[in-house]
Amino acid sequence: MSTQDLYQQVILEHNRKPKNFRKLDPCSHKAEGFNPLCGDHLWVYLDVDSEGVIQEATFEGSGCAISKASASMMTAAIRGKTQSEAQVMFNEFQSLLSGKLKPETDAHSLGKLKIFSGIWQFPSRVKCAALAWHAMSGALCAVKSTSTEGEDS
Amino acid sequence: MSEFLSNFDVDSVREDFPILEREVRGKSLIYLDNAATTLKPKMVAEAVYEHYLMGASNVHRGVHQLSEDATRLYEGSREKVRKFLNARRSEQVIFTSGTTASINLVAKSYGKSNLKEGDEIIISQVEHHSNIVPWQMLCQEVGCTLKVIPMNAAGELIIEEYEKLLSERTKIVSVVYISNALGTINPVKTITEMAHKHGAVVLLDAAQAVAHTPIDVQSLDCDFLAFSSHKLFGPTGVGVLYGRTELLAKMPPLMGGGDMIETVTFEKSTYAKLPNLHEAGTPNIAGVIGLGAAVDFVTGVGLKQIAAYEDRLLEYGTKKLIEVEGLKLIGTAENKASVLAFTLDGVHPHDIGSVLDMDGIAVRAGHHCAQPVMQFYGVPATARASLSLYNKKEEIDKLAESLTKLREMFI
Repeated sequence: MSTQDLYQQVILEHNRKPKNFRKLDPCSHKAEGFNPLCGDHLWVYLDVDSEGVIQEATFEGSGCAISKASASMMTAAIRGKTQSEAQVMFNEFQSLLSGKLKPETDAHSLGKLKIFSGIWQFPSRVKCAALAWHAMSGALCAVKSTSTEGEDS
Repeated sequence: MSEFLSNFDVDSVREDFPILEREVRGKSLIYLDNAATTLKPKMVAEAVYEHYLMGASNVHRGVHQLSEDATRLYEGSREKVRKFLNARRSEQVIFTSGTTASINLVAKSYGKSNLKEGDEIIISQVEHHSNIVPWQMLCQEVGCTLKVIPMNAAGELIIEEYEKLLSERTKIVSVVYISNALGTINPVKTITEMAHKHGAVVLLDAAQAVAHTPIDVQSLDCDFLAFSSHKLFGPTGVGVLYGRTELLAKMPPLMGGGDMIETVTFEKSTYAKLPNLHEAGTPNIAGVIGLGAAVDFVTGVGLKQIAAYEDRLLEYGTKKLIEVEGLKLIGTAENKASVLAFTLDGVHPHDIGSVLDMDGIAVRAGHHCAQPVMQFYGVPATARASLSLYNKKEEIDKLAESLTKLREMFI
């Protein structure tokens, strides 16, 4: 595992120019994600229509390159998905981060997000990659604030 | 080079630390996380190993040879620590599990039995969480108030503001000797003197100080002093609370059990004298013996020599790091120990930590258990390189080189 494996070009690119990096107002769902151990702190905003489809997903806040890139790629990936599809992706992403889901052989709906598959080798950084997803899932479940602590990811 | 090292032979010191020979992620280890914990020299590991393998016995019990050997070594460590701190009597040295336990012992025993509603406790802006939370808990319990000495942008405590906080309501002043997050060396002798004028009792958190500066509790005139063995090249799980005899003797024990009693009947128990009064149960014997070896190691090298060498390293490191584009040092006190905390424009501290790790360089990234310090500087976290006696100028060069490289990668 080298620097390039953890910080792939795609991650560095999303860190430099994150997509959907803005507040969404009005929005149908929002939640805060906070990692008290490292201070990563972001908000995820969603606009879900009456059919349950995520029409818009944005985020803002501060954090490391891994958490920012993960949030950026997540907002792009869940747009157009239904709430339940997004929750399935969250579960798959968590399996990917823990090293249980092997993206090359196991079926998944993660697409480009599979580049986070090496993170399980850096346990202290897994929470960074998971932060925006916890907030997104919390927003859909009407939880105002989520914390990486108390989660087993 | 010879001028840089002067009379300090860093290469011979490094030979005592086999870990410095190992590789991390395929690179030679450069260990710059000494404020989190120091590496252990062979003689410390050997003392612990020797106890478990060939000593093993419990202390203060039994008349057999092994128990007497263990007791002699355990109490021998207490005497070594006494001498190391220049305390008057060895009974003033209480073994605990670490600085946190030592501060909590004072807060929960001395604090609870001496403070009442309306009393005040003074700490400072630069404290580690372990010198904040125990006092908050005490305040909640007895209704006293916590006051905080502010600091300036360099990370130095503002003594004029401290003066204003002091009054007849001040009962305890508890401050850190050297800041783990910034490296600031606080004027603890002055702080103590000022507190005593108002009749307050002073606790010094010397966790960061012990490995970097000679400590003399009589000259400092503090009432309590706490430190951890693991930041002094010793084992984890052991710490020391030094205290004035009359204060320690009057403090109700926090824990009851074996070793802290004189006689026990079902009606009533009488307690042992110092230091056993505050050391209920079987202590961390191997750890304490290891701490004794660590004290031998550090006094063998000489704390004055260590401090002088680290000052040179700090001066060199400061010069090298500020040359790195986008780097900002956090904590620029005039009187400072070998801690280089910094931020790098456009790169989050955790990313700095991870990329340096790939180069075999261990630094700390985070809030350093001092969130109020981060809040003061308005940063979520910093990266911190903390230097010790085995670090070399060349390692600082490699750090600066890696930082320059990684910034280019992120920008």
